[in-house]
Amino acid sequence: MAITDTSPPGTNFAMGRYKRRKVGNTITMGLAVGAAVFGLLWLVWILAVLLINGLSAISLGLFTQMTPPPGSAGGLLNAIFGSIVMTVLGMVIGTPIGIMAGTYMAEYGKGTKLAEVTRFINDILLSAPSIIVGLFIYTIVVVPMGHFSAWAGSISLAVLVIPVVVRTTEDMLNLVPGSLREAAAALGAPRWKVIVQVTYRAARSGIMTGVLLAVARISGETAPLLFTALNNQFWSVNMNAPMANLPVTIFQFALSPYEDWQRLAWGGSLLITVAILALNIGARMLASIGTKKGQ
Amino acid sequence: MVDMAVKASDISAESPRARTQRRNDLLFRGATLFFALLVLTLLGGVIISLIHGALPALKAFGFGFVTTEIWNPVTEKFGALAPIYGTLVTSAIAMLVGVPVSFGIAIFLTELCPAWAKRPIGIAVELLAGIPSIIYGIWGLFVFAPFLQRTVQPFLINTLGTIPGIGAWFKGPPYGIGVLTAGLILAIMILPFITSITRDVFETMPAMLRESAYGLGATTWEVVRDITIPYTRVGLVGGVMLGLGRALGETMAVTFVIGNSHRIASSLLAPGTTISAAIANEFTEAVGDTYTSSLIALGLVLFVITFIVLSLAKLMLVRMNRKAGT
Repeated sequence: MAITDTSPPGTNFAMGRYKRRKVGNTITMGLAVGAAVFGLLWLVWILAVLLINGLSAISLGLFTQMTPPPGSAGGLLNAIFGSIVMTVLGMVIGTPIGIMAGTYMAEYGKGTKLAEVTRFINDILLSAPSIIVGLFIYTIVVVPMGHFSAWAGSISLAVLVIPVVVRTTEDMLNLVPGSLREAAAALGAPRWKVIVQVTYRAARSGIMTGVLLAVARISGETAPLLFTALNNQFWSVNMNAPMANLPVTIFQFALSPYEDWQRLAWGGSLLITVAILALNIGARMLASIGTKKGQ
Repeated sequence: MVDMAVKASDISAESPRARTQRRNDLLFRGATLFFALLVLTLLGGVIISLIHGALPALKAFGFGFVTTEIWNPVTEKFGALAPIYGTLVTSAIAMLVGVPVSFGIAIFLTELCPAWAKRPIGIAVELLAGIPSIIYGIWGLFVFAPFLQRTVQPFLINTLGTIPGIGAWFKGPPYGIGVLTAGLILAIMILPFITSITRDVFETMPAMLRESAYGLGATTWEVVRDITIPYTRVGLVGGVMLGLGRALGETMAVTFVIGNSHRIASSLLAPGTTISAAIANEFTEAVGDTYTSSLIALGLVLFVITFIVLSLAKLMLVRMNRKAGT
């Protein structure tokens, strides 16, 4: 109910005060509009810069050649490959854990102290600085193994996936009406079958949305990879060795003094951003399809 | 949903099939419980591993670790004061700039925005949240910092820099990169978080309250100031704290533009460092156990700070939701 201009009755004897209130309203609402314009301005500015610098760096070579030594041309193939491998592995490790934990909180443990504490801890994990996760995996994986590895990188990404998936799984399962579960139980289905074949199906698009958002979140993460997967100049498929990845490559190349490297960093940035925006929009569409079906 | 586990014995008198089902049920329940506990231990694991890693440094420097400014890898003397100061100051700048703007956007979205523009603008603001921090970093380094160096910083030096007192914050050459630049980028990064929470809590308010105020002749601003904000106060503080938690722990964008100098400069235009930037920059190059351990100790300090801030934020948002629920 946005009514910007209301003229209260009996204003003729207090015109001065009324005017002052109106002016105050115009100023503050003007500031609110200004804030919205200001916020959108950054988005436009960042995307424009990214497009201009990134597009000039995009070429076929970017996808077919390895990261070059300074001063020569090359691409980002090994970094793109490494990023995909570690993101996929991170999802493969993190998603089942997240879905199972979310299932416990929404189905078996609903209303219990344990579920409540887990939800609180999970929300802390959700917003905890990702560099802390990097340090954590460094001490429990990299130090015992004795070297940086793609495994460590994947595990640290999985740790970031878990809270996102737990949160959406729990929320989405809670939206499933209890009558569905009761109907299935009345037919004699055991509890686990009710969950797997009825509740999961009803909440499928919501859970998928969470999974997509988790992919979007980890595919741009740099801090947890810095000292787990490290980086690699060369093509490597060895999970026990450092592996190239886009974010860390962008970080190193952007801060280097070499123009070739900086251009590659812009190209990589554009790739990551486009991928993440597409994932976000995809997740949003999936969510809206899900709610429409539910109605 | 009360407990509605179907007991196998209710269906049939322990037929082999019912027994299998009951076993499956127990297995599935056990598996979900196991992973829920795993999430719990994850946080415990983070705390224990950080304390374990930080122990050598904390033993060597004691409480002095958080009160000294020296950071010298050669003599292996480490103090966390400069990064802690940088983290707090950049976050403070981010909050000073980011919070009013976020509130403004939220007010615009809930009170002023025409219905057709609500969704696109809401989505656009949330897309800002999706952009990874490394993109803010590369943009900050190549575009935003030079822009500040050419325009805003000379202006600040010539105007605010000449005022005695606060002038000290705006003295020195315009580097472009530095504490102020990092704080401003953080402000942009926390905008979408605070905006979306603020908008959500604004929308929890019963329409009746607002409509009554409008009916009495209040202007939009008066409704926001006297009705909406007091009603949603706890939720707003929770949202702000959540944004603060983000700002404190943000790593890559800050690492690009802060200049990485372990010195506390009086000027906001000078380079500095933050806890997360110091870790990101130095960890792989750290030689010697004391150096590595000191960086992990920095991580522990950051974790403790963000844990407190996030817990408070969470508690306030829970309180807010309870109020909205009744």
